[in-house]
Amino acid sequence: MSTDTTTSTDTTTAPRHELVYFALRNRKLVIGLSIVGFLAIVAIVAPLFARSNPNAFVGPPMQPPSSSYLLGTTYFGQDVYSQLVNGLRQSFLVGVMGGGIAFVVATAVGFTAGYRGGAVDEVLNMLTNVLLVIPTLALLIIIGGYLKGTSIVFEAVFVGATAWPWAARAIRAQTLSLASRDFVGLARLSGVRSWRIVVGEVAPNMSSYLFLTFILLFGNAILISASYDFLGFGPPNGVSLGNMMNLAFAWNALQLHVWWWFVPPGIAIMAIVGGLYVTNVGLDEVFNPKLRSVS
Amino acid sequence: MSLDVQHLVVAYRTLRGDVRAVDDVSFSVADGEIMGLAGESGCGKSTLGNSLVRLDGRMRVLAGRVLLDGTELPLSDWDAMDEFRFKKISLVPQYSMSALNPTRRIGKMISEVVRSRKIRYKDVLPELERRLRLVGLPTDVLAKYPIELSGGMNQRVVMVLTTLLDPSLLVADEVTSALDVSTQRAVGELLVELRDLGIVTSTIMITHDLSILVQVADSVMVMYAGKVVERAPTATIVDAPRHPYTKLLIASLPEVGVRYAEHVLTGIPGHPPSLLDPPTGCRFADRCPFASAECAVEPPLVELESGHLVACWKAS
Amino acid sequence: MRRYFARKLLTYFLTFFVAVTLDWGIPRLMPGDPIAGLLAKFQLQPSSYAALHSSYTKAFNLGEPLWRQYLDFWWALLHGSLGTSIYAYPDPVTTVIEHAVVFTLALLLPATILSYLAGNKVGAIAARRKVLDNTVLPFSYMLTATPYQWLALLLAFVLAGVAHVFPISGGFSYALVPTLSWAFLWSLLAHWFLPFATLFLVGFGGWAIGMRNLIIYELDADYAHFLESLGAPRRLVRKYAYKNARLPQLTGLALSLGTIVGGAVVTEIVFNYPGIGWLVLQAISSEDYFLLQGIFLFIIVGVLLANFVVDVVYLLVDPRTRIGLQGGTR
Repeated sequence: MSTDTTTSTDTTTAPRHELVYFALRNRKLVIGLSIVGFLAIVAIVAPLFARSNPNAFVGPPMQPPSSSYLLGTTYFGQDVYSQLVNGLRQSFLVGVMGGGIAFVVATAVGFTAGYRGGAVDEVLNMLTNVLLVIPTLALLIIIGGYLKGTSIVFEAVFVGATAWPWAARAIRAQTLSLASRDFVGLARLSGVRSWRIVVGEVAPNMSSYLFLTFILLFGNAILISASYDFLGFGPPNGVSLGNMMNLAFAWNALQLHVWWWFVPPGIAIMAIVGGLYVTNVGLDEVFNPKLRSVS
Repeated sequence: MSLDVQHLVVAYRTLRGDVRAVDDVSFSVADGEIMGLAGESGCGKSTLGNSLVRLDGRMRVLAGRVLLDGTELPLSDWDAMDEFRFKKISLVPQYSMSALNPTRRIGKMISEVVRSRKIRYKDVLPELERRLRLVGLPTDVLAKYPIELSGGMNQRVVMVLTTLLDPSLLVADEVTSALDVSTQRAVGELLVELRDLGIVTSTIMITHDLSILVQVADSVMVMYAGKVVERAPTATIVDAPRHPYTKLLIASLPEVGVRYAEHVLTGIPGHPPSLLDPPTGCRFADRCPFASAECAVEPPLVELESGHLVACWKAS
Repeated sequence: MRRYFARKLLTYFLTFFVAVTLDWGIPRLMPGDPIAGLLAKFQLQPSSYAALHSSYTKAFNLGEPLWRQYLDFWWALLHGSLGTSIYAYPDPVTTVIEHAVVFTLALLLPATILSYLAGNKVGAIAARRKVLDNTVLPFSYMLTATPYQWLALLLAFVLAGVAHVFPISGGFSYALVPTLSWAFLWSLLAHWFLPFATLFLVGFGGWAIGMRNLIIYELDADYAHFLESLGAPRRLVRKYAYKNARLPQLTGLALSLGTIVGGAVVTEIVFNYPGIGWLVLQAISSEDYFLLQGIFLFIIVGVLLANFVVDVVYLLVDPRTRIGLQGGTR
């Protein structure tokens, strides 16, 4: 499922203000960022105003949305709205952490493989390919099945550790094409140390690409952690969007028609991830002038 | 018959305004003539040549008319231009080494293109094979994929394809730029042969390399910053150029047999003006060694003698 | 071509090796005593507990040194044995999995192939017309951003729970016994449809977007411009663009297999559909580690096979790979 647009690093090094100009005018970017931004603000602010403990039993069970309970109550009588905003926060955290870890690993592997080449590249390539084939969820099942009820940090680490291969491959490809350019050869000849070259010459020229990759990894991490939580591997008593769906399903929300328990978390995930994807496309158009129009 | 360009203005639409890459250019090319179109990067020669065949996404024709064999070319009307493309006017692109679809056998691709133009492939196949042999390619090239051929061979296939229907005008965009000297000569000779055999009536050969034009072109038109600065038969351009820019260009060419221990090979210092906000007056003035007060007014293109046009106050 | 396949096969074998090692290794690195967990199910007297514990430990080979266990694991694996399942004791793991695989494949294969084909077609059309692009695109983005389990829950709720058009769970009606009758087949189909629809819709979104982007990219390629300068009609240019775009899209398919499998797992769980995914849940809740390990390996092998198939198809479809590897004249 490739939502990844084929971007080349041949982005014109346009002046900052020109990028900002285009950025503000790109509908997709604006819409996407607005959605994600709004939800991020909700995730930060709303839990402070909602009922303090989302797991507390606050009222009669299975109440539909009303003025007293904005999104109704769960099977146990917990406040769905409170769970939602807290779950939003947790999902954002795992997404950023997991995405961040994946990003760090992917750039480390991708840059090294692409810049060094040779045997190092071969080995890293093989490693990446092997991990690429193994389905993430299968790996998470086998780990989660044994380490039942892990903390958020653990979860983020697992997610990050399994999600990086595709990004490493992409970064490697871009690094390869950049490393063959003259300005890098010049830096090499001047005796600049390798990591300096990578950080100082190569990376800035693919900064837009790296940014886009991070956005995709972030979205990916949220989706994976939602599946992970849905399978019941998440922190026990933790509140996350995936876990809400898990509990709702386990406690027969389908049969009991308690739709307000599982519909909002899904919408929230769809909104964040969808917003991220759309932002990604918009940013791609801003950085890469060629993509700016359809036909 | 011939090509007649009148006051053509072609611009790129950008956010900061229109970049007039071709700014009020007029010239004509006679039947059987090979006209070289020379100038440095960014002078508008490529835009000019390409605009006659295919307007890129951001290119716009802002003014002017182009007449081919007496008929006006509907440059801005994509669908109407289709009638002329390939049949009357054809382009050998700058990227001809990668112009063929990499996942299609060459013969299949040619047959599909030809059929899409409502021509029976069977009817053109014998001529196609003849032309392939003419350029030194074996006819089994048609069964191959582009990746199986070298860059030069790909380019030759493209040249055969674009001239297959005997166009009135062929625009050759930097066809010798990426080649070694002997291949350059071969391609140049091919262009001449295509004209001599009557396959192509007139040719515009775009290049930044004057030396190949000396071998191949009948006449040369020099462009600078979107404007025509000089147009004359090749011999005149080489031996008796009148525009300072042309003079400096010729002078910067290395000569066979001359040693440069005494003179230093000079270029032309400076760089062309921005076409977003071009200066009023002569555009070459700030690089010109002969510039003076009168150059603040733009010189018109005048015909000094038959077939020799110059745009410079100092020349007349 | 030989080199191409040799490389791929090497990767796959290595992957299999790593997967088996991980599969064997992770449970043993986990804290806790699996036998104790197993025995916790039985109500035992302390004396019989000790005896049973030691005999189970012997039976499951856990007393041996680690390296021996590892080799024995491989040995058993190569003989087609994945151990005995606890959840469905005394059935061997392979038998339990076999029954479930059929259901999963019946779901995965049509859903993946159909969503791929349909998504490609629609994405190609969207790349052509601005009007379609403005509707198809946002819709596809929504679909591909949807978590599988949520769409499954939604479909189950709306079409089954509320509207009662489709059954809400199971692989077939609980009232029926598997027979080769129309009623049974119809029941199978009815239970199959919603999970299929879930996998299809999410996949469709991704493919449509991917193809649309790839085609736009192709339409700006040199060969496209050249065709236009030859006055070729738009449909010929689009036809070439589409055919060329299918290649990276195929690569994308291979890369997505992991995600698709994950999606199938959670979808089956929601619908109680008796495939591999549902089996995972049973294994987890019964703490049947052998079943879990077996499923993991099964999934890996399946994905490897699918990758291999895609590699073969890619070779057939892209002349450059074929010829480039046979040594063209460049």
